[in-house]
Amino acid sequence: MIRINLSPRWLASALVCLGIIVMAQAPLGAADTARVKIDNFTFAPKVLTVKAGTTVTFENDDDIPHVVVANDGSFRSKALDTGDSYVFTFTKSGDFPYFCALHPHMQGTITVTP
Amino acid sequence: MHHPSNDDERIDRRHALECMIWAGTGVLWTVSSGVPVSLGLLGEANAAETATGFTFLQISDSHIGFDKAANPHAIDTLKEAIAKVRALPEKPSFMIHTGDITHLSTAAQFDTAAQIIGGARFDVHYVPGEHDIIDENNGRAYLDRYGAGTKGAGWYSFDQNGVHFIGLVNVVNLKAGGLGNLGADQLAWLADDLKAVSASTPIVVFAHIPLWAIYPEWGWGTDDAAQALALLKRFGSVTVLNGHIHQIMQKVEGNVTFHTALSTAFPQPAPGTAPSPGPMTVPAGQLRSLLGITQIAVKRGKEELAIIDSTLSGT
Repeated sequence: MIRINLSPRWLASALVCLGIIVMAQAPLGAADTARVKIDNFTFAPKVLTVKAGTTVTFENDDDIPHVVVANDGSFRSKALDTGDSYVFTFTKSGDFPYFCALHPHMQGTITVTP
Repeated sequence: MHHPSNDDERIDRRHALECMIWAGTGVLWTVSSGVPVSLGLLGEANAAETATGFTFLQISDSHIGFDKAANPHAIDTLKEAIAKVRALPEKPSFMIHTGDITHLSTAAQFDTAAQIIGGARFDVHYVPGEHDIIDENNGRAYLDRYGAGTKGAGWYSFDQNGVHFIGLVNVVNLKAGGLGNLGADQLAWLADDLKAVSASTPIVVFAHIPLWAIYPEWGWGTDDAAQALALLKRFGSVTVLNGHIHQIMQKVEGNVTFHTALSTAFPQPAPGTAPSPGPMTVPAGQLRSLLGITQIAVKRGKEELAIIDSTLSGT
């Protein structure tokens, strides 16, 4: 017999999941935009795959500034304080690894497909 | 907290170092050429250590401009730290600031910091933290203010009462996946700088990011520190003073004592105890017990050196 535990905690996480699905679908239909969130000294998602021509927004939700910089130097943000964003449009296809110039253990990759 | 691991071993002259920790008030270190010297309370240490030598002060990570939950009043706590410095019974010879003077490298933040720190009326020797080089010109703002007489990104040395002081910069040109970085130019300069210094000269090295691997997962270390330490091997007494991690940590390795200072702005979690090294919010009543200053006493004749941390809430 399968028991389903409808605890408040389960319901809450289910609602969050639903929210994420809704939020994730919206940009796909809307425009060629994508988002990387910076939280707890990590880039999320760590690997983001987008189509060439996509504008990616990097948004800092930490209480500490971060600087987004490409390993090959092809893009570099200003210092992003809490709530600040940096926007870059990826026109060429390929893998673009990047890191935080202040906390270089923070790393991510934008994979751009044709 | 680390204690030297050789507690039970026979203490030789080179390794005669003890660390004593008083809960809530800070850490006191003594180095001596014979039996470890037990210093008592802060006041006693002052009296003992400054009789024939000199003291200097370390402040760190003032983060002027920071206004988040962990401390919305970083200006006030820096003012309190400076008031504490001014109230010391023994006047320090000078101060060092081990970086993150500002939070965002703006002119206004540098101005505010200089005004408050200047209130102590001491010479201040700075090195930059990563927060001090994020102006639009990648560090120009810092160098325009504090770069006179320095090399490269702001490194330099000076001598005081027979002690050789070296300010290093390990926050520029950081590499993806790496830690703090000194770089080939600075290491070459260091090798050259040390050539004329005798092995019996006490050395004090100060830099923002710790020069030993405290917690690489959070970037708390310096990639090429080993090369710098190799250059310092022949010296009988080396003290390395760092900031960046906003908490007291210490380690002794041979003749080298490593020590990190408290911030005057906000605490950070102990390694691995939080999802990230970001600012740690504590109950308001606890904040000042996690912020503070560091006093270092050098007593030349007896080769003793003491590092005394005291918190803003300490007596």
